[in-house]
Amino acid sequence: MFYGSPVILFFGAWWIGSSIEKKHYASIQAREAQTLHIPAVPIRTPEADRTILEARLVTGCVVVSNDYFKKVLAGLRKIFGGRLRSYESLVDRARREAVLRMKESCPEAHAILNLRLETSMISQTQRDRGMGAVEVVAYGTAIRYE
Amino acid sequence: MVSNLLLTNLETVPGRTIVEHYGLVSGSTVRAKHIGRDIMAGLKNLVGGELKGYTELLSDARNEAVKRMSQQAEALGANAVVNIRFSTSSVSAGAAELYAYGTAVKVA
Repeated sequence: MFYGSPVILFFGAWWIGSSIEKKHYASIQAREAQTLHIPAVPIRTPEADRTILEARLVTGCVVVSNDYFKKVLAGLRKIFGGRLRSYESLVDRARREAVLRMKESCPEAHAILNLRLETSMISQTQRDRGMGAVEVVAYGTAIRYE
Repeated sequence: MVSNLLLTNLETVPGRTIVEHYGLVSGSTVRAKHIGRDIMAGLKNLVGGELKGYTELLSDARNEAVKRMSQQAEALGANAVVNIRFSTSSVSAGAAELYAYGTAVKVA
């Protein structure tokens, strides 16, 4: 039983982790469709022919981590090198979620200009091995036209 | 947020003109959660997904950094901060450092 527990943990984390990821992607896609009317772009200049009522800083942040199964698989992948797909999907989810939260904080805006994304890893152990969690801060200037 | 200071990350406040510059203002903070939250985040880390405790930590840190930057700008007599940038780093285990900086200006 004791020796079996890492195996149970491995497959348990796989099962729960992949269901969490699937649910998260479903929610991201649904919310992205809802907030499609607010474009968040890295352009810096507002439309010249429209009067601006309000311009303010908006931010959104999130911390997302990978499951144990994916971390072990990524560790194995690092032996051979190449694409780490599990980490690609992790940063993708984190960035899209942060942008969505930023958009949801200003539902009355017409556009978000000068979008910036700031990413960093959270480390937990001493040997500089990250805990596999990524934190993303998205920020920009929400513009409301007349 | 401190009073009604205008904050943007563009070079100007759209629709207004800058009449005076006060230079760089910044605010930074390093925050950590209590050990219970760290343990919970460690457990959540096994199955993956959002680590709510750390998201909260990050947004608290961001608000604090912006507040300190705003206070500095107000002390200089500015009514807006433009070109704001955020920078994050993890200085120690389970702690988040957030640094916000921008240019304090007066707009008319």
